This record gives sequence, structure tokens and C-alpha cells, in this order.
Amino acid sequence: MTTRQTRTRMGPTVVSLVAAGVVSIVLLVLVDAPPFEALGLLWDGAFGSADKTANTLLAWTPLVLAAAGLVITFASGLWNIGVEGQIIAGAIAATWVARVMPGPAGAVVPATIVAGIVGGAFWALLAGVLKTHGKVNEIFGGLGLDFLAAGLATYLVIGPWKRAGVASTSGTDLFREEAFLPSTTMFGAEFPLLAIVLALIGTIGVYYLLRGTRFGLELKAVGRNPESAFLLGIPTRAYLLGAFAVGGGLAGLGGTIQATGFHHKLVPAVSGGYGFLGILVVLLAALSARWVAPIALFFIMISTGSAQLDLRLDLDSAFGGVLQGIIVLFVLVGGAWAVWRTARARRRGS
Amino acid sequence: MSDFVGEPATPRHEALRDPSATVSPWTRWTGGVPSSLDAMALELIDIKKHFGAVRANDGITLHVEAGTLHGLLGENGAGKSTLMKILSGFLKADAGTIRLDGTTLALGSPQAAIDAGIGMLHQDPLVFPPLTVLDNFLLGSPGRGLDRAAGAEELGEISSRLGFHFDPNAIVRTLTVGERQQLEITRLLWLGARLLIFDEPTTGISTSQRVELFATLRRLAADGLIVIFVSHKLEEIEELCDSVTVIRHGKVVGEVDMPVPTDRLVEMMFGEVVVEGDRPHVEMGSPALDIADVTITEGTTAIREWSLQTAAGEVIGLAGLEGSGQRTLLRALAGLVKVGSGRISVAGTDITTMSYRDRLRRGIHYLPAGRLEEGLVSGLTITEHLILAGERDAFFLDWDTATDHATDKIDGHQIKGRPESTAESLSGGNQQRLLLAMMPPTLELLLMEHPTRGLDIESAEYVWNRILARRSDGTTIVFASADLDELLRYSDRIVVFFSGEVFRVVPAAELDGDGLGYLIGGKERV
Repeated sequence: MTTRQTRTRMGPTVVSLVAAGVVSIVLLVLVDAPPFEALGLLWDGAFGSADKTANTLLAWTPLVLAAAGLVITFASGLWNIGVEGQIIAGAIAATWVARVMPGPAGAVVPATIVAGIVGGAFWALLAGVLKTHGKVNEIFGGLGLDFLAAGLATYLVIGPWKRAGVASTSGTDLFREEAFLPSTTMFGAEFPLLAIVLALIGTIGVYYLLRGTRFGLELKAVGRNPESAFLLGIPTRAYLLGAFAVGGGLAGLGGTIQATGFHHKLVPAVSGGYGFLGILVVLLAALSARWVAPIALFFIMISTGSAQLDLRLDLDSAFGGVLQGIIVLFVLVGGAWAVWRTARARRRGS
Repeated sequence: MSDFVGEPATPRHEALRDPSATVSPWTRWTGGVPSSLDAMALELIDIKKHFGAVRANDGITLHVEAGTLHGLLGENGAGKSTLMKILSGFLKADAGTIRLDGTTLALGSPQAAIDAGIGMLHQDPLVFPPLTVLDNFLLGSPGRGLDRAAGAEELGEISSRLGFHFDPNAIVRTLTVGERQQLEITRLLWLGARLLIFDEPTTGISTSQRVELFATLRRLAADGLIVIFVSHKLEEIEELCDSVTVIRHGKVVGEVDMPVPTDRLVEMMFGEVVVEGDRPHVEMGSPALDIADVTITEGTTAIREWSLQTAAGEVIGLAGLEGSGQRTLLRALAGLVKVGSGRISVAGTDITTMSYRDRLRRGIHYLPAGRLEEGLVSGLTITEHLILAGERDAFFLDWDTATDHATDKIDGHQIKGRPESTAESLSGGNQQRLLLAMMPPTLELLLMEHPTRGLDIESAEYVWNRILARRSDGTTIVFASADLDELLRYSDRIVVFFSGEVFRVVPAAELDGDGLGYLIGGKERV
């Protein structure tokens, strides 16, 4: 019974992935690129050397954190499109601490992390309050707050936090080194060990929160049926706000890593688009925390590796995005097809 | 007009554009029309429609002559609306034939029905409030072009013949429900409707509007149209209709020419109600639920300055057609609907302004009708439901203990399912057992909506045994039901709702099925 269930659930996904692979290869052939060389280059670009691997992993951590946060909000039935803005808000809060707080790394780094979490959570709660108290759909509220956060970051970069003498969108001054998210030298490269640990704590934490705690179970109840959940005595509003806060906090932590670990300064595009990419990751992970980390790694591999396509095959690096889009589209269509097939089987059966 | 017999789909407004047309087109069907038109009639033959296991229409055959006002009477859920939706093209029948004027119709869509001359006036007239009267009138008109000037003229012409007065430029939002109905009637006639269906048209309109509406309906019938009036209100059917078809459980149980004694209608509508066995006698305890001068308004419900005191262990049945106010009262007692004025107390504690969750903690439990919509959570298992219903004592879940607990509850409540079965995989009876298993051991007040709806007899018996067992603990039970047998068998007193108000409060022992049926239809048996 269990194996059959697993097979029926995974079957369409496997078919979809194969179909996405075939379409990607056809696409590569159509643009006159040798498909297998291109795929090899993707891998090479992401994991070809210790340096490249370290960079890929550093890019992976904020994506995992944003996606883990999205698993929480999806579980509560929320489309937290505002995750992009929450990453930026986290980065801004972390930047503020990095700029104003004196002292050694041992104090500043934890402070930036906490500030990032609080900043992301605060930004998410704005969308949450708009939803629970203002009846603004979280998709619209979140999208608006995305633009607002991006605008705020740009304003800070060219305004109050501009580099001495130059107002440029290339970013603020670099932080003091004490505020850098520390990395660890391994295999001759700088590995973002702390960021990786934070990302794993985040995603495993989300998994256990939903699987092993009363709060997680109640959140799922709210997400699946708010009416029943309310009648069961669950304060649905507070729980929705809680889901926003946790999801936003994780995204804000991702923003901290982007600012203090990758750019080492605040830049307008600090989010790196990981919020929207995170939505794709979570959709592909079937809204479960279990698959978020590997799928995010796969996506990041395509993103970072596609720079190589540009250099070596003269393919636009946007091709990576095209590949990601094809995969998600096929898996979603495959999922819909599976649902349709089950429904039809049930109809015929009765 | 002989072409119109051959082509019943010709919209009437084509004729209207004829400058020589001096009489309203639909009035032309009477009087000097070809004799074949006198035979105009609607025939529904063996219509069947099922939704899952529910047979909403189970072989309905119906015959309505032109020029008559035909009533369609039945309880909620009897199958009236399904039948009319099939006739107006909103639903497709599984089997059966629809004939109008002897022509068999294939109605796949509302547009096809309109083309065939069938128009339906919905309970909430399907109008677009932000648009003007004229815009609404022209919506859905055939052809691509819109001739607003001609449209306005035709609107004026048809409406004035019916005695309606519209300002074509008024915004529909400012119109009363009655006026919106008039607009819709005008529009349907303009589109060529020869058969008009009115689905519970008196809901939400004032008495004077009702008088006007009935006059219009009589006039339409007198002009040779087929008018079908769908209602569950005995009085309206008696006042208005020439003939009546009564539907129960998806079948025609009677077709009579009016007038007939109300007794007959009640009997057909509800069936023979036989109350079996003796009511279990329970010693009534101290005053438990005290409703004092409460006013509750929600939608069409308006309970005004109403009072009721119950004893601990008493069972109060709420009777009435669906939407007559029972649900509102239950939800007000549960804390889900605000009480306008007055006071509600339970066991001496004033709960009038207490929140739903505080009442839940005080032992006031509400079991809604939609088991899977408002009670359980699809996708969650029996174990997870029992965790959710249990004590909020620990943050981390102990799945082993929870599964053991669920296994006990499954045995104790004879639920056919396993701890890992999801709520939606359970049958209705087992869902209700799960909901009972989720209730705390002691309660002050148990509020239930249709506790046994859709259950087989065994499950229904089981549910009631469980519920009644709580009486000895002093739990007051208030339940709404559409099942007269259930109301009479288990209630100590029955509160009858009619048209959104409390109509009567009667000890169940003083009533039989007929008497209760009368009250539900808004009449006192003489």
C-alpha cells in the first residue's frame, strides 16, 4: 500500500523531470549548442573547483532559508509573495547593525543575524496584518511590500548610506571585517560553513516544526481549513501572523547572509531574486521541507553554472532561468495531470 | 406569427422592432393566435440527476399547461432547484426528456434555454449592480451590435405594459430587490421567454412588493405564458397557484389542482411521520440555558426580543425550513454571531459577549452541519484531529501516545478507520463519530446542526445514544434538524422557525408530524 502510494505520487514527478530534460535538450539543439557539453558545463561551472563549490554553496544558503520560510507560509495556506521584500528587509536590518555596532566579530555577527531575522519577520508581519486586519490579499500586499523594500534599499544605498563622496547604485561602503559572516578555509577555498549550518538548522527546524509540534499541526489545520480550525479553538489570526513571522524571519536570515556573507555591503539587488526562485523550489518540493535543500542546490547549480554557458558556448546566461522554468512548469503540469487521473479513476470506480 | 410555431427560438424582440407592432409581442400568443399554440405545454419526462450517491432528481415527470400558474413545492433538498436548473440549462440531466410545445429540447447551457424560450428568475436576481438599468437590460442580448436607443424604447414599451416603471439610467444598485426582479422579468420577456421560472422569488422582498409580484405572475399566466413558481411556503402556493407538484426526495409525490386542503399538501411535503417508541424520560435539572429578550439579526433572520429558559438535561429541537433562522440562533449561542440586545447565560454565567473560544473552554460546544467543511480538516488524520481537539499542554508532539489514544477512541466510538486515515476518507457516519470523539468529556451546552443528516440508520442511532447519554451529566442539548421524526422523537420542546423568526415554541409531546409540518409551513392547524 505504502509503496504503491509512493509510486503513484512520485511517478508523475519522474515523468515530468524526464520530459523537462528532453525539452531542455531539444531547446539546446535548436540554439545550436551541443546539449551534453552544455550540461557538463553547468556542472563544471557550479562544482568544477573548490572555489566554485564554495561560491555555489554560499548562494545556496539564502535560497534554502527563503524556501524553508515559504514551506511554513504555504502550510498555513498563504501565498507569501512578499518573501523577496523580506529578504531585502533582513539585509537592510543586518546592514544597519553592521554599520553602527562597534566591537568584535563575536558580538557583531550574532547581532547582524538577529537583526536580519527581526527585519524579515517585521516586513512579513506588515503583509500579515494587512491580510488579517485589512483584508488585503497577501499576494497583493506582499508584492507591494516587495517593491517598497527594493525602493528602500536603493534609497539607502544612494542616500543616507552612500559611499563617502559617491552616490552610486553599486552599493554602500564595505562593512568592517568584524561584521563579515565568517567563512572557513577548507580544500584551499573559503567555505561558508556558518551559513551552511544556519541554512540546515532553518530547513530541518521547519521540518520538525511542522512534523513534530503542536504549533505546526495547528498551522496545517489553519492552512487546510480555516473554518474548522477556528471552530476547534485555534486562534487563526494569531497563527497566520505567526506563520508570517517565522517565514519572514527565515527569509530575513537569508538576506543577512546575502549582505554580510556575499556582498559584504548593501546593494539594491541584495535579494538576488532568491525569493521568487524560492517559490519555484517549494512548488517543486511539493510544499514539503524534506526536499527543499537538494532541490535548491539543483536550482543554484543551474544558476551559477549557466555563467559558464555564456563564456564557453556563447549562450545567454538567462538560459539557466529558462531551464528552471521548464522544470517547474513540467512538474506542475505533471502534478495536475496526476490529480486529474486520480479523479477520473475515482469517477469510473464509483 | 405562424413562423413562430415552427421556430420557437425566434426572439420576441425581432417582432418588437416591427413598427406595426402595437401589441406587446407576448400578449399576442393569446386570443387570435393559431390554435396549435393553445396546446403549448411543458413536459418533463423521467428526469434523472445524481450528485455522487445522492439522487437529486430520481425520475421526475411533470406536465404544465400554458396559461397556468404552476407551483413546485417541497422541502429544502427535495430536488426542486436541481430540476429547475436542468430546465433552465444550468445543469445537464443524466437522463430524461424536456419538451416544450411538443419539441424536444437539448439544453446544454443557459443560453440554449433562453433561445428555446425558457427564462429563470433566480433567488438573487442575476443583475450587475454597478451598471445602469439599460445596461443590465441589454446584457445578453443576441447579436453583436448594441442599439441603445432602440433598447431603451423596447425596455420602456415592455415594462410599461407590465406596469413597471424604470429610469433606464438609474444605477441598479439603487433598486430594491423587487425592482430588480421586475427588470429581470422584462429582460427575459424581451429575450423571448415563454416559460418563466421563479425560484423562491419572495425571499427578501417586502409585503407590498410581494403583492405586486404576485399580480405580475398572474398577469403573465393570463397572457398565456407558462409560469412555474418554486416555493416551500404553503401560504404562497395556496394563494397563487392553479396547480401544484410536490417533490420529496427527488421524486414527484403528488400533482394536484388547487385548491386542496392544507393537510394534503403538508402530508405530501413531509410524508407520513410516525414517531416510534417512548421518549426517554430524564429528570430535568436546574435552569441551565437562559436566553432573555435577545435580538439577533443576520441576513434575512431577525429574532426579536425572544426568551427561552431550559433545564439542565433538556433537549431543544429547532424546526423550520432551512435558512429560517435556526443556524443563526445556534451560532449566536456558540458565540459566532453577535447578539444585538438581550442576555444569554449558561449555568448562571453571562456569556452574551463571551468569545467563541472562551465559550468553548466553558463547555459550550458547537457541531456544525458541514462535517468536512466546518468540523474536520481534510488531509489531516484521525490521530491529528484528536491531538487538535485535546489539551494544549505540550509543545512537542508525542506521536506514539497520540496514536495509542487515537486507537482507543476509534474502538470506543466504533469508527471505521485507522489512526492514519484522513478525515475525508471516512464515511459521513464515521466523520460524525470522529466529531463526537473529539468532544470534551463534560459539556454545559451542546449545539448541533443536522446531527444525523446523510447518515444511515445505524449511525444515526449511535449518534443519538451518545448525545443523549450526556443528558444525565446535565448537558443542555440544542439541535436543528430538517427531519420531523428526529425532532419529535428526541426533543423535549421544539422551537419552530418561520421566515427568519421564531414562530412557536411547543412541547414535543403535544405535536405530531402533521402539526409540526403545519407550523414549519407557517400555519397553525385549525
